[in-house]
Amino acid sequence: MEYTIFILLLPFLSFILTGLLGTKLKPVAAGTVGTVVTGIVAALSYLTAFSYFGAGRNADGIFPVQIPWNMEWLPFGGNLHIDIGILLDPISVMMLVVISTVSLMVHIYSFGYMKGETGFQRYYSFLSLFTMSMLGLVVATNIFQMYIFWELVGVSSYLLIGFYYTRKEAIAASKKAFIVTRFADLGFLVGILIYGFYTGSFSFTPDSAVIGSARVFLPLALGLMFIGGAGKSAMFPLHIWLPDAMEGPTPVSALIHAATMVVAGVYLVARMFPLFIGYAPEVLHITAYVGAFTALYAAVVACVQSDIKRVLAFSTISQIGFMIVALGVCTSADPHEGGLGYMASMFHLFTHAMFKALLFLGAGCIIHAVHSNEMSAMGGLRKYMPVTHITFLVACLAIAGIWPLSGFFSKDEILAACFGFSPVMGWIMTAIAGLTAFYMFRLYYCIFWGRENKELHAEHKPHEAPLTMTVPLVFLAIVTLLAGWIPFGEFVSSNGQAYRIHIDWSVAATSLCVAAAGIALATWMYLREDRKIADGLASRFSGLHKAAYHRFYIDEIYQFITHRIIFACISTPVAWFDRHVVDGFMNLLAWISNKVSWMIRGMQSGYVQRYGIWFLGGALGLTIVLLLI
Amino acid sequence: MIQMEYYLIVSTIMMFVGIYGFLTRRNLLAMLIAVELILNSVDINFVVFNRFLFPGQLEGFFFSLFAIGISAAETAVAIAIIINIYRNMRNIQVRNLDKMKW
Repeated sequence: MEYTIFILLLPFLSFILTGLLGTKLKPVAAGTVGTVVTGIVAALSYLTAFSYFGAGRNADGIFPVQIPWNMEWLPFGGNLHIDIGILLDPISVMMLVVISTVSLMVHIYSFGYMKGETGFQRYYSFLSLFTMSMLGLVVATNIFQMYIFWELVGVSSYLLIGFYYTRKEAIAASKKAFIVTRFADLGFLVGILIYGFYTGSFSFTPDSAVIGSARVFLPLALGLMFIGGAGKSAMFPLHIWLPDAMEGPTPVSALIHAATMVVAGVYLVARMFPLFIGYAPEVLHITAYVGAFTALYAAVVACVQSDIKRVLAFSTISQIGFMIVALGVCTSADPHEGGLGYMASMFHLFTHAMFKALLFLGAGCIIHAVHSNEMSAMGGLRKYMPVTHITFLVACLAIAGIWPLSGFFSKDEILAACFGFSPVMGWIMTAIAGLTAFYMFRLYYCIFWGRENKELHAEHKPHEAPLTMTVPLVFLAIVTLLAGWIPFGEFVSSNGQAYRIHIDWSVAATSLCVAAAGIALATWMYLREDRKIADGLASRFSGLHKAAYHRFYIDEIYQFITHRIIFACISTPVAWFDRHVVDGFMNLLAWISNKVSWMIRGMQSGYVQRYGIWFLGGALGLTIVLLLI
Repeated sequence: MIQMEYYLIVSTIMMFVGIYGFLTRRNLLAMLIAVELILNSVDINFVVFNRFLFPGQLEGFFFSLFAIGISAAETAVAIAIIINIYRNMRNIQVRNLDKMKW
């Protein structure tokens, strides 16, 4: 399995090559380099997955963890050292497949979407950097390597959100994304340090003997790590960067802010799952409540947004909430009694990556066609863009959880896990699943049916996207159609043993009914041209509608806290103190030295013999002093 | 048998002659010769102390040999500098060389 190192090296080389050559390279050449490299990486990932799962289970009935490559990167004293390496286990192999697939599709798609943009080469170079960092994150052998690549994905996300760096909103959004996630990563770093200090290693699986003394601090360390994960995965209240991150190019949103990077927090919790379940189950349950609240909040907000990418962004937040809830409701490591959520979460991560990437890429085609993100510029597009329409519908059905699309299977497992934890949690999540169906079909009808913006479409006739953009759509749609039938529990489960997925039909029937109700409601409200009911409801509950449209003023609260409280009451006085007291003291010292030098400069006469007399006098003086002592 | 002090008196006289020369001569070459006098007086001290106080050991002799070698090199460098000064300024009177003040 030594070839796995190329999965990391090739995108890095591609980043260096396209990044250094820059505009010396033709745009097509840069794109081709990036795409071919990602294609090879995808092939290698599939090969890795094939040979890893093909090698079979060991005597304990689990897929053994393999470390094909590892080096000690930074040794500290004692046993503490930071390694860089590649670790293969079921979830990291699964993530390799997800990331390389979506990345390849985005690379191909970008040929069409980014055609003629200035900075095409820069775009592909950053995509390669992101792919490398994300792959490095999932194959990390220890928590610190994960942290390093975690920051690298943060940087590449920052660079790609701010890709249109001449646009003010894009700059603000990229800064916001970087600062908010970085702020959360502070918690992650502190968590890692506590963890490393008390267990004496950065390993994911420390010796149980070492844990004994550290178990008091493990819940704290894991909780802090979850804050980092919550920042990356846009959990409430650290979610504010994700909707703004939609200022980046749409394929980037598909790759980074829908399919891969934002699930890093879920992956982190899954990675630390044995520790969570063994030593800090109460922290795990807190994550479940955070996830559930985030899912609900984001779903409500998504119902009223008018920018299609923001609807998708909030839907992503909501779905990540589902994954976190699924992990959080686990009560034991055995999938048959309380550990089902782990498998469900990973399964949903897998299926969600595919259909959410599909949704974003479809949204990209639509934006490409009408040159606007606003729903008011759309409506009735099904006539103009048949391929986009069909694939988008497939993805909407999948996210709504309709049998037999992939979202149904994974969401059913999540709901079953929630009902296993507590009926309240189960019903809440079912209701949110219904909301999901509603807002996704609101989006679908507003784009493809409903009130058509005839003047705009007459002026600029929408057209189907080119082949480079539709091929990834069709591919992802096929994956979405078929992925549900993967016996996912055979590959990934909480204790590594094979788990046969059996659909709990009572849960499935409820969720299907709720989803169907949501779709039906959306159909009733938004299918027709006039949208009388929807507009009526919006004006009836105008307060609620307005609050939800402004995302319940969370951004404004942040703005208030940072500007009015932190900047005005803390930063300004501190800045004054720095400018006047600290700098003033330094200026005083400089002023004194200056004056004294003017006073003594006459001694520097330039006559060698006068210096000689000074020297002789000094030597004699020293001699006398030494003799007297 | 000549006493050690006699040697030391000679070297002390050489030392102070050298210092006096260094401080009073107006010509760079004369100053250089004065510096050589100082150095040689020190060399004499080394040899004398080695000869009278630590007979049978060789450090002092070798050190003075070393110092002589170094001073030869130093003189070569100094003369090269003086020649260059002469080329630029057309004289080597030390009073005129005050370019290095503040």
